[in-house]
Amino acid sequence: MTDISRRKLIFTGLGAVAGLSGVGIAAHLAGKYGLIPPDGGGIYGLGETLTYASHRLIGRHSLAREFPPSQISNPAFANEIGPPLDAAFKHLQATNFADWRLTVDGLVDRPASFTLPQLRSFPSRSQITEIACEEGWSHIAEWHGVPLSHVLNLVGVQPQARYVVYFSIQPDWKESIDMDDAMHPQTFLTYGMNGAELPVPSGGPLRLRIPRQLGYKSVKFLTHITVTDDLKKFGKDGGSAAVGAGYAWYAGI
Amino acid sequence: MATLRPAQLSVEVTAPGSAAPAAKSAPRHFVLVRVTHWIVAFCFFALLLTGIEILISHPRFYWGETGNVHTKAFFQIPIPSSRDMVQTGYNYVLPDQNGWSRYLHFEAAWILVLTGLLYGIFGFFSGHFRKNLLPAASDLSWRSLSAAIADHSPFKRPGAGDASSYNVLQRLTYLLVVFVLFPLVIWTGLAMSPAFTGIFPATATLLGGRQSARTIHFFVSIALVLFLIVHIVMIFLAGFWSRTWAMIAGRPAAQKERT
Repeated sequence: MTDISRRKLIFTGLGAVAGLSGVGIAAHLAGKYGLIPPDGGGIYGLGETLTYASHRLIGRHSLAREFPPSQISNPAFANEIGPPLDAAFKHLQATNFADWRLTVDGLVDRPASFTLPQLRSFPSRSQITEIACEEGWSHIAEWHGVPLSHVLNLVGVQPQARYVVYFSIQPDWKESIDMDDAMHPQTFLTYGMNGAELPVPSGGPLRLRIPRQLGYKSVKFLTHITVTDDLKKFGKDGGSAAVGAGYAWYAGI
Repeated sequence: MATLRPAQLSVEVTAPGSAAPAAKSAPRHFVLVRVTHWIVAFCFFALLLTGIEILISHPRFYWGETGNVHTKAFFQIPIPSSRDMVQTGYNYVLPDQNGWSRYLHFEAAWILVLTGLLYGIFGFFSGHFRKNLLPAASDLSWRSLSAAIADHSPFKRPGAGDASSYNVLQRLTYLLVVFVLFPLVIWTGLAMSPAFTGIFPATATLLGGRQSARTIHFFVSIALVLFLIVHIVMIFLAGFWSRTWAMIAGRPAAQKERT
């Protein structure tokens, strides 16, 4: 055997061992710590799992970037997703959303329904964060609300909970997130923007803001939150309109 | 020819008493270089296709942290869009293909990054970078470089020596692609991730913000496409099957280069 082929063999061998043990370790960790996203199967599952798992491994509790007030986008931006145009929503809007309710149920000890004044009475937080759309554009606003974790702690999340599914008043718009993102300090039930009430084009009266993920996870016109241990109970799309439309469930990219 | 250094190949052929000339017994490319080359080529094709697909959903570019249709564009590409948000001047909207495009873009990016890491570790420890890519100091003088450029006329077929060693222009170009363009395109890609920039904010702030990162990502991709075009043209000029076969099997397929 010449040196060149011996060397080639050693490098090929080392490469193969490194590759295989890397995959082995990753699979082991993923299984142990729940690092596989709901859309972790199929031909794109490898990429999705690597992204989701690596973010959870190196930055489970990291905070999305926040910005100084000088960077708030002016004029404020709202995308094209508007409220339902039916009479029911118009009536809600005309009555200043007095009858708006946020229902919280599922794997919780005390299912509840909150009015907007109730949500506003909870400890208020603000964040100046960016909404980035998967299309490429972005804008920054100051968001005011109550952390979702505060409300989840009020209703008492049961230990087997793994995901939170949340619904818009728009019948086909819903999303789901894991408990890390649900309990994350920047995940807000948002009722205000830039020092005023959250405008309807921006998702008012209530929007879930989740700045560690792309805009499509920040569902507007929020009416219902349910805690679950299994997204399969919500159908093929796993409680995510994005997945139903062929998009990734985890949008932290 | 100044750029031909057959002596460099002899380090790969150390079998004492071997009668065969270096160029005949040493493979043109290491097997790991060949395997990673084709994985990267495949991933790059997927990334380019899906990148264009994602781009057309918002063919406007900005500088700084934020950018949208209410802000001034750095520039806009005059193509139709797959969404109706951007005023393109076309009275139709292309079908939206962002779902699978984004899935495939990030999957191909992962495979490219992991393959690139393997290549980088191999290239560093095997001496591939030092021997095959790093130009000799003497080749970097203006006189040598201008001679190499003059020698690189597109109408001139490469000499036999070019089949076994990279010339100085190839070396500089490959170094640029491996150590500047690919790292930059990966960095600017990561700088667009809301979760990754939360973990490492400097990935975005050092570039001037998310939209700057997106704009640089676009220009670096253009640079990589230009490299690819020149790369393929050069392969055709040098003998397509001979050079392509060398990157598959390790040795050129040309008759005169066979034993």
